[in-house]
Order: sequence, then structure tokens, then C-alpha cells
Amino acid sequence: MEPVMNIDGLSTEFFTEEGTVRAVDNVSFKIGRGETVCIVGESGCGKSVTAMSVMGLVEEPGGRVTGGRIGFQGEDLLRLDKNSLRSIRGHEIAMIFQEPMSSLNPVMKIGEQIMEPLSVHLKMNKKQARSRAIELITQVGISRPEQIMGSYPHELSGGMLQRIMIAIAVSCSPKLLIADEPTTALDVTIQAQILDLLRGLKEDSGMSILLITHDLGVVAEMADYVIVMYSGQIVEEGGVVELFQNPQHPYTRGLLKSKPVMGQRLEELYSIPGQVPSPLALTPSCYFHDRCGHCMPVCRTRQPLLKETGNGQKVSCWLYEEAELYV
Amino acid sequence: MATDIRVKEIEGIRPGLRKSSLMRQSLRRLMHNKLAVAGFAVVVLMFVLCFIGPFFSPYTDNKINMAFMNKPPSLKHWLGTDALGRDILTRVMQAGRISLTVGLASMLLSVFLGSLLGAIAGYYGGLLDQIIMRIADLLMTIPGLPLLFIFGALLSEWKIPTDYRMYIVMLMLSIVNWPGLARMVRGQMLSLREREFMQAAVVLGLRDRRKLLHHLLPNIVPLLIVMATLNIGGAILSESVLSFFGLGVMPPTPTWGNMIDAANNILDFQNRPWLWIPPGLSIFATVIAINIFGDGLRDVLDPKQKR
Amino acid sequence: MSTYLTKRMLYMLIILFAASLLIFCLYALTPGDFITGNIKLTAERKAELREIYGLNKPVLERYWTWMSNAFHGDFGYSLAQQKPVLQLFGDYIWNSFLLAAVSTFLTWLIAVIIGVISAYKQYSWFDTLVMIAIFAAMSLPSFFIGLFLIKIMAVDLKWLPPGGMTTTGSTAAGFAYFKEVVQHMTLPVIVMTLLGLGSLTRYFRSNMIDVLKQDYIRTARAKGLKERKVLFSHALRNALLPAITLVGFELPALFGGSIIIEQIFNWPGIGQLYMKSFGLRDYPLLMGFTMFLAILTVIGTLLSDILYRVADPRVRL
Repeated sequence: MEPVMNIDGLSTEFFTEEGTVRAVDNVSFKIGRGETVCIVGESGCGKSVTAMSVMGLVEEPGGRVTGGRIGFQGEDLLRLDKNSLRSIRGHEIAMIFQEPMSSLNPVMKIGEQIMEPLSVHLKMNKKQARSRAIELITQVGISRPEQIMGSYPHELSGGMLQRIMIAIAVSCSPKLLIADEPTTALDVTIQAQILDLLRGLKEDSGMSILLITHDLGVVAEMADYVIVMYSGQIVEEGGVVELFQNPQHPYTRGLLKSKPVMGQRLEELYSIPGQVPSPLALTPSCYFHDRCGHCMPVCRTRQPLLKETGNGQKVSCWLYEEAELYV
Repeated sequence: MATDIRVKEIEGIRPGLRKSSLMRQSLRRLMHNKLAVAGFAVVVLMFVLCFIGPFFSPYTDNKINMAFMNKPPSLKHWLGTDALGRDILTRVMQAGRISLTVGLASMLLSVFLGSLLGAIAGYYGGLLDQIIMRIADLLMTIPGLPLLFIFGALLSEWKIPTDYRMYIVMLMLSIVNWPGLARMVRGQMLSLREREFMQAAVVLGLRDRRKLLHHLLPNIVPLLIVMATLNIGGAILSESVLSFFGLGVMPPTPTWGNMIDAANNILDFQNRPWLWIPPGLSIFATVIAINIFGDGLRDVLDPKQKR
Repeated sequence: MSTYLTKRMLYMLIILFAASLLIFCLYALTPGDFITGNIKLTAERKAELREIYGLNKPVLERYWTWMSNAFHGDFGYSLAQQKPVLQLFGDYIWNSFLLAAVSTFLTWLIAVIIGVISAYKQYSWFDTLVMIAIFAAMSLPSFFIGLFLIKIMAVDLKWLPPGGMTTTGSTAAGFAYFKEVVQHMTLPVIVMTLLGLGSLTRYFRSNMIDVLKQDYIRTARAKGLKERKVLFSHALRNALLPAITLVGFELPALFGGSIIIEQIFNWPGIGQLYMKSFGLRDYPLLMGFTMFLAILTVIGTLLSDILYRVADPRVRL
């Protein structure tokens, strides 16, 4: 089946006073129809920038997508003119963000903010947009939609606001929904509700979801396919079951190990030693080498490539390349 | 990353600690701002011209020379001469001495008054704070220009000798300007007092004077430098308005403002623009240079307050 | 809200009371008055007049008379013009308002547009040019730029009249009168707009720069809105909001006239009336005017506070 989105060799760079930072480095993946793809990684690994690049929201002159292709419905989003891209944004590809509290315009009524994409993309008149907006608010599980329409963002809770953000995002029935840490800023109980809502909406409409998160619990609950990023690169990817059962990259293993498991008592929770390297000081090497328990000389001087290891998994690590070499 | 955290810890204890390296850093960043450097250059040029320039002029004695009355600019008198045959360029430079001095001195006085009173109000709070800030409110309620005019009129009626008027004008400008500065310094003080490093100073049992002088004041110095710089421009403008209306520094002491007074004579205004345009342009050039430089300073010293 | 308002009002009254005392004392301290300065009067007549106007009484008593009359809506009697101060204000204030209203409107309009574009294109050559222009506008000595423009536009080029509100001796009426006034006010309006433009443009520019970094702007873009809509609908609303507080601060400028500009352009406004009375030491009028400005300032401050609370849905009392 033709994937909804096909990203190939995407690179995004930021230009700072200290030098150029490659926040996304040659990243490729596909998102299938109705599939949920999760990108996991620590903060600063480039997962959010990947999402912003897909939306065409990387802001110049600070940053720029410098290479690659984002295939969507037979076209390359990176080569589309501004107007065509805009008509896709919020219509066929929609996005929700981490901070629902600051993601809605504080001086505009909720209703107006939901109705906007309806009138822009679906050319609805005011009356149609209004009744559709009320439907949408009900759909995301908020009661008294009429009253909510006339409220301002500060009058609602974070969970409610994220539901409103979701309502705005799905208003034009997008093919792909990008969710950038949608639950990070919310209370744990609300988190589960929001994830349930997303899953329900996905099942009803058949849209695909690209979910950005650092929370492996969220991944386990939502993902069909998982991509692990580190320092702007994909280090491992695979189906959710395979990846959780058989993590191959030392980084993935570390992440899984540092996740608390229900019913298991430990003296101390594992944490990966060291810190993410400065993106300014990267040399050709495996970027994880100085935190890796299996570091070999080759790891310090050459970059491993992402290779298929069977089981639908791919990993970029010398441990596995070496094994192949010696066989 | 690790070093970053350590730096933050030090800053948490007392931000003024890394002053010398911060100063150097700021200076380097300031040098990158071409506009600010140009502004600074113009300010320096103005000062040099006004204070050293007259030594190279053959007309400094201001001798009245009826043969050279009201002459337009020529090779001999680059900016022409006035009704008494005095060289305008020399007069503009001499006037600049007064205008720049008044601007600088009244700024120093307002900054001194404003930061002292503001710091006391913000630090001690209570009754002292109430008294100081209510006086500031009161002075800010009456718009500056009429207030200055009243002061100016008082000067005239009391027949203050013209030699002294310059000093009184400085004082007047400072009285009008300090409340705004005091209010700002007080606000800074209040927010600083709540910060961790100040609470640490309290725990250590430092004395009031030491806390004020060594811990609080250094932290508002960058802001003060910026405000002080921008304040000079404002003071020069105010002085020129007062002197133009005959309520500030009076002739024969020349200032840029009272030189423009020539424009109040309809013949001079229409036919002899060299009498009043050079001092006007001098004010404009000086003030714009100071403002641009001050804004550059603000960018560097006080990154919180973006332009 | 109501307790807050009551508190504010009370404080306002106290400040105004203190201001009135200060203003009165300052004028009373000034030696010489309208009568002393008038050489046409004989010594006896002077003493007589002093008696009539109560100028020989102690300062505090005079202040008391002044205040109690002011509370009854009587701000004294202009000695030079022989008219009640309030009536004179009524005669002149609308001329001042005309100048101020037009130039304030123009200032805000231009400042918003330039500020928004400049913020959107931060660090472009346009933005740099705007920044230099802003500094230039903020550094202009008002009286000098007024004189300069009169010299060029009126004296040399003869495009516009040099001053006044109508041509001397003009009997124009209807549309001709309107045209004449517009011609006369063009130069002062240009100067006043220019003087206000610098700081306001700078204010809008930096507000916009802050707003454009906010998350909700990203959301608006992610919705696929046109850039113009993002800027002028989503961003501008937020950038304008804090500016509402400035409306209150414009109050003294709107009704208080501009002393310098009206004097330079010989515009028959309340500021020029002040300057004229100043030369004559017409104290009742001068005190009335200064007090009037103080009242406007205090009301303006209160107004801006209330406006902000009304306009921002986040602030509720």
C-alpha cells in the first residue's frame, strides 16, 4: 500500500552565532495509511525539528531545511510553493503542540479559533462553520460546546485546551496528524484521556499519526512503528512489538532500561551515563560512542549506517555491522 | 553542559561576581553593533569639536566686528557671522560646551538622585518608600514642560545672574527627571530583593549598607548606565527648549537652544538661516548619536529589555 | 472592581490635592504678577486692584479661596483677558484638540503599519532603515524641526501657509473655510506626527517581535492561515492589547494642547494661550492650565488602567 508520507534524506540546519547546527541529519522514514509512527528520543535529539520541517514551519533565517524530500500525495512538500503548502497545512496535514496553554491565541474566543480553518480550507460560511465547530467540540469530549465557543483560552484547563487543539487539528479531516509531545505538559490522568481521544479519532477517520514523544509509555500505548532518534539521526527503527522485545542499539536498550516497570522493585532506576554531545562539536563517529558501554575504536572514527537486521528492524550501530563483517 | 551548570550556580549566589569577564564580553558584543559604534564616534566627535575645536579658531574672543555683520558662510567664516559680526562656527562650538555640560551634569544629578532615592525606597520599603514614591508620583502628575516653565519664570523673576543660570537649569532638569528613574530603580530593587543570592546575603547576616552597596547596586548598574545614556539626550533637548523660549540659559552665555532664538526675528529667520540652522542640526546630530549608542548599550547590557 | 476603583479614586484626589498645593505655591512664590508688571497703572490703582483680586492676603488664605472656588467649578478669572478661565479654555481647547486628534490618529496608524512590517522583517535592510528613522524622530528638537519646515515649505517653496489657523483677514466660509484650515494645519500636524512616531513605532515593533515568537503564532501558521492573516489578525491583536494603556496617556496631549508646536505655528490653541499668559504673568490662567493638565494626567492614568483590564480577557478583578 502506498504510504501517506515518504520522507527521504531530510536534513534541517540552524545557523547560530557559534556555528551551524544540523538538527536533523539525513532522516528517512515512511508513514503508512492509518498507521501511528512514533519518534522517540531525549530532548534536543531533533524529533520536534523533524515535525516542524514536515509542516514547513522551520523559521528562516534562523533555520532551514537543507536537503531531502518529503513525499506527500505524489508531491514533494519541500518543492511546493508557499500557497500550495499553506492549503495543505491545517487541511491535509495538521499539527498539535506540547503546550496547549500557550498554543491558543489568548485574545481570541475558542469558537473563532476552531472556525478559522473551516472557513479557510473548506470554504464554509459562518453558520456552517459554527455548527461544525460545535460538533467538533462535542466530538473531542467536551460538554456545553455552545458555552465553550464563547470562552477565552485562559478560562479552560490544560486538558480541555489540548482537546480544543485536537478539535482544530482534525476539523478538516487531515490525512496525517502530527502530535508533538501532546501530553507532556498535562497531568497523568489527563494524559491517558488525551491519548484515548487520539486513538479513537484515528480509528474513526483512518488518518495517520506522527507522534513525537520522549515517553516510552506513550509509545507502547500508541505506536505501530517506532523511530529512535539521537543527535539528529535515526539510530534504530522497527515495529513496536519487535523493538520493545528485541532492542538492538545500546541507546534503545538504555532507554528501555531506564523506564520504570510496573511491579518491579529496584534499588535505583537505571539512567544512561553522560549527556547528549554538543551539536556544534560533532565529528565523524557514532554520536553515542562516549556514553556507550560497548564502545569500540571504530565507533570513535566512523559513522555507522542504518542497516536492516531482519524482523523489519533497522539499526545504525557498529556492533551489528561488525558481526556481518566477520561472518 | 556541566560547566554551564556550575556557572549558573555562581550566578545564583551573586551575579555581580563575574563582572570583569562580563564587561569584556559586553564590550566585544557592542563593537559588533556597527550602528552603536558609529553613534559613539559621533558623540566623541561632538565633544572633541566643542571642547577642543575653539582653540583652533581665530575668533574665540567674540570681538564685536561691525564690518563683518550678518555675513553668509564664506571661506573666512565657514558658517557665516551673526548680527555682531561673531563667527557662527566658533559660537556653535562654544554653545556646545554649555549644552553638553548641562546635559551631562543634569543626567549625573538625576541618576544620582533617582538611583539613591529609588534604592532606598525599594530596599527599606515602609514609610520611607511611601514618602519618596508619593513625591515622585506628585512630580510626575504635573507635566514636565509647564513645570520647567514655572521654574524658568522663577529664575527670571528672582534675577538670577546669567552665569549661575546654567547650574540652576541643570538642577531644574534633574528635579523633573529623577522620579522616572527612581521608580525604575525601585522596581528593580524589589525584584532583586526576592532573588536567592540576596536571601543568602540575609542569611549571612550582612549589614544593610554592605547589602545595598555591594550586592544590590552592582546588579542595577547595567540598567543605570543605559538609562543614564538615554537621559543625556533628553536633557539636551529639554535645555534647548527652555533656552529657546528664554527661560533657560540666557545670552551672552551661548547654548544651542538660545542660538536658535535668532529664528524669532523674522528677518533672520527668513534670510539668514546660517544663524539658527547650525545649532539646530548640532542638537539633532548629538541627540540621535547618543540615542543610537544608548540603544546599542541596552542590547548589550540589558538583554531582557529588547529594543 | 469597585473597591479597587474607590481606592484609586481616593488616591487620585489626594495626589491632585497635593499637586494643586504645589502648583499654587510655585506660582505664589514667583515675585511679580500681572499688576506689578503693568506699567500703565498708577500706584494707587495697583493697590486697589490687589485688594480686589485678593493678592495682598496671605498665601494659604489665597490658596483656600482658589480651591474652594475650584470645587464650585470656578477656576478663577483671567486678569489679562478679563474672562473666566474656564470660558477661555472652552474657546481654545477645540483648536488644540483638532491638531492633536488628527496627528495622534496619523501617528498610531503609521506606527502600527511600520512597526508590524518592521518586526516581521526583523534585521532586513528595511528594518534597519526604520530603526534609524525611529531614532531620528526621537531625537528631533520639536521647535527646531517646526522652524525648519516653515522655512522650507512655507517661506522658500511657498507651498503651505507658515502659521495661524486661517489666513489673516480671511472671510472664507463653508468648504473654503474648511480648506483653509486644512492647509494651515498640515505643517503642524506633520511635525506633531513626526515627533510622536519614533517611540510609538519602536513600541509596536518590539511588541510585535515578542508576539511573533509566541506558540499561538506557530499554531496559526500550522492551521494554514495566510501570512497576512497571521500578522494582522492573530499577532496584531496581541500586540495592540498592551498599547491600549497608552490611550489613557494620550489624554493630556489630546486636550492639553502642545505648547511648543502651537507657539511655533501660531496656532490659536490652549498651549499658545498658556505661552501668551505666561509672558503677562496671568496667574489665574496659568494655575488653571497647569491644574487642568494634572487632572488630565491623573484621569488618563486611571483610564489606561481600566482600559487594560477591560480589554485583556486574562485580567479580571
